[in-house]
Amino acid sequence: MAQYILRRLLIAIPSLLGISVILFTVLALAPGDPFEELATNPAIPPDVRAALRASLGIDDPVHIRYFRWLTAMLQGNWGFSFVSRVDVDQLILQRLPATLLVIGTSQILALAIALPVGVFAATRPYSVFDQVANTLAFIGFSLPTFFTGLLMILLFSVTLGWLPFVYRTDIDATGWRWWWEHLRQTIMPVLVLGLFQGASWTRFVRSAVLDVIRLDHVTTARSKGLPESRVTMRHVVRNALIPVVTLVALQMPAVFGGAIVTEQIFRIPGIGSLLISAILANDTPVIMAVTFVFACLVIFFNLLADVLYGWLDPRISYS
Amino acid sequence: MTEDQLRKMIGRVKEGRLSRRGFIRRVAAVGLTAPMATQLLAIAGVSPAAAQSVPRYAPTRRGGGGALKILYWQAATLLNPHFAVGTTNQEASRVFYEPLAGWAQDGSLHPILAAEIPSIENGGLSADGKSVTWKLKPGVQWHDGRPFTADDVVFNWEYGKNPATAAVTSGSYRDINVVKIDDLTVRVEFAQPTPFWADAFVASRGMLIPKHLFQDYAGANSRDAPTNLRPIGTGPYKFVSFTPGDTLRAELNPNYHLPNRPHFDTLEVKGGGDATSAARAVLQTGDYDYAWNLAVEDEILKRLEAVGRGKVNIVDGGGIEFVQLNVTDPNREVEGERCHISTTHPAFSDPVVRQAMALLVDRNALEQFIYGRGGPATANFLNNPPRYRSTNMRWEFNVARANEILDGAGWARGRDGIRAKNNVRLNFVFQTSVNTPRQRTQAVMKQAAQRAGINLDLKSVTPSVFFSSDVANPDTYTKFYADVQMYTTTMPQADPQLFMNQYCSWEVSTRANSWQGRNIVRWRSDAYDATFREAEGELDPVKRAALFIRMNDLVVGSNYVIPLVSRPTVSGSLNTLKHVLSGWDNTFWLLSDWYREA
Repeated sequence: MAQYILRRLLIAIPSLLGISVILFTVLALAPGDPFEELATNPAIPPDVRAALRASLGIDDPVHIRYFRWLTAMLQGNWGFSFVSRVDVDQLILQRLPATLLVIGTSQILALAIALPVGVFAATRPYSVFDQVANTLAFIGFSLPTFFTGLLMILLFSVTLGWLPFVYRTDIDATGWRWWWEHLRQTIMPVLVLGLFQGASWTRFVRSAVLDVIRLDHVTTARSKGLPESRVTMRHVVRNALIPVVTLVALQMPAVFGGAIVTEQIFRIPGIGSLLISAILANDTPVIMAVTFVFACLVIFFNLLADVLYGWLDPRISYS
Repeated sequence: MTEDQLRKMIGRVKEGRLSRRGFIRRVAAVGLTAPMATQLLAIAGVSPAAAQSVPRYAPTRRGGGGALKILYWQAATLLNPHFAVGTTNQEASRVFYEPLAGWAQDGSLHPILAAEIPSIENGGLSADGKSVTWKLKPGVQWHDGRPFTADDVVFNWEYGKNPATAAVTSGSYRDINVVKIDDLTVRVEFAQPTPFWADAFVASRGMLIPKHLFQDYAGANSRDAPTNLRPIGTGPYKFVSFTPGDTLRAELNPNYHLPNRPHFDTLEVKGGGDATSAARAVLQTGDYDYAWNLAVEDEILKRLEAVGRGKVNIVDGGGIEFVQLNVTDPNREVEGERCHISTTHPAFSDPVVRQAMALLVDRNALEQFIYGRGGPATANFLNNPPRYRSTNMRWEFNVARANEILDGAGWARGRDGIRAKNNVRLNFVFQTSVNTPRQRTQAVMKQAAQRAGINLDLKSVTPSVFFSSDVANPDTYTKFYADVQMYTTTMPQADPQLFMNQYCSWEVSTRANSWQGRNIVRWRSDAYDATFREAEGELDPVKRAALFIRMNDLVVGSNYVIPLVSRPTVSGSLNTLKHVLSGWDNTFWLLSDWYREA
């Protein structure tokens, strides 16, 4: 087992290097620079702009810039943002709480919907409940989040005036009011993301459970006279969960990566909005750091999912 | 009316033989508007008081206004004005830092940290135009209680011009010399006579940072200054907290240098999101007091305004959306360079074709159906301040006339309906950046051109490519490898000198200067060059205004440049909020005077 993990970690190193090379080259090839806005401003002479570029080392050849970035990264120095001149790790840490809170809660909500609804629908296939759940799930994952987000804003903020649609990190209230305000502003983004994710997971859980429920060991369990709830929980769900775990594990990096569109709609200062504003401003160090962290997380959670398999399914062994 | 007559009349007003009202009536008779007339007087030194340019401030005590909440859909990322690349960061810095003077909406200077605006009368301006003496306002304190003095002003010059600091403002500071006379007086010296002296220490690039907090961070380590993100300035609001790319919070400065100001107890500037929802948050739900730059269709804004909570503010500036006809040939290479300066465009070298192109732009339709209040049609390239606006230019949409003059010049329609002459077909590539109003404008122009036997092939380029300075990319607007192109150019100052240098022959954008020259249309005219040189050294403001009007007429009259609509800035605010906006300075240029009506 330990050997397996070690091997996987060693394989991860070249793939991470490859990812970083590709990211860096693509960014270097993309047009524009962080001082674009200066170009259309007649008050700023072009040579000032050129000097600024030079001072940030943007004019050096790509491979030199890449190795400079890599050596700094290996020493734990993530560089600083061209736009805000703040250290990148600091920027990311500032954005992490809001992202974890909103996206994390929405994933929990999605699981809380998908597991019971999916299992219940699969144990009674083609019943009225199953049909309704299926229809809602289809609607849920067919509607993009930017659309449901705007619909909710229109309904709950503009028409009814119940909920704010501008997310604020520092609310000037204390005690229960603070909690109340936070709850009010997180409801909409969490619902939008949670329902979307929950809808597709419901479909997935349902089909996974359906696959297992027809197997012989389930029939055996039933013929032993076990109560139906015990059959479902012990013999069906545990086996059906294996593919679901992979799916959820692979979704985890997104919790850190944020949701670009939803964060933009509700003005949540999360990692997603940091990434999109960095891309729009051609802020290479920030884009590199966020995407690279994201790549690391994807590889890590892939490994985690594989390890979890072995634990959930004794037939799989890594020795 | 000639410049001579004008000058005599102004002289009579000065001596008191002609009343101000009489002067305005007389110049109105020859087509000069009233604001233009008052400005002529103001600039000739016959203004009663500068206070006119800024509305009256009503509150009678400091504070008590509650919270002021502002929405910026682009978020600020740092709070050092010397590093502020875009407007957003300038705005955020402007909450805390102030310049010596700012530009009011009428294009006049308004003193902020200066005791008065330098003029020849008060001895601030030297007669030879080679120096400006600024008197500083006494008793001004930084937020930490230290006094603001001439040393701070001199320090900002040293800080900005130091190449190691890598300041965005270096262009304003590197060619001047600044001398401290006493604790409250500084002198700015120029190498040449400089009629436009109000650049250093003025407006967005003139915000002053404190010497005692930045002196250890001037140069290569400028990035490490803790005060880059925790500003200590002289402004009406003091720093509370800042998250780059998100929220900026500030509170009332109890020691602000103006009486009864500021009105609000706290200030919050929230960033991010998009323009449409920002408009909603102010005009529809009233969650915020003010929303910046509402780049939203006018139809939507009008609907939101109808709710009755807030209003849309349209502030005139110098921004202009315009069309350029290439002077050089984009399809022929000379010495390996397209659009080489020695070539001429095969079709546009005929003035009739250019005139026809100008006649084929339906500016009325552009204003009515595309830009709305955010883009009034104009015939001038230089539109504001009003004292520089030419009254000689006219625009007309007339397809029949275009057909007539093209027929007359021998441009005959071919079998496909496209006109040609001597194997030159009127078939042009028309490029612009990807942007909905621009694509709609392209379509409107293409349709009209078709009716006159001219074919326009429309091309749209991603903005990040079009506006980049990428030397390797052929699609940038500075290369202009097309026959026709369209974009907006802005005018960041109330003085047109920097703005109008984009048609000087020495500014032509070529390979030799890596396409960094500002004359993108590559138009050259000896008359224009001479007029510009004259304006550069002309210290008489009235004469200077006349020179800039002449430059506008020369370039627009050539029809190589076709102005479409001017682009005022559009913002939204609650009905109760009283703000002071200016098209020549930052939104927050006079934040101290913002208040809420009870």
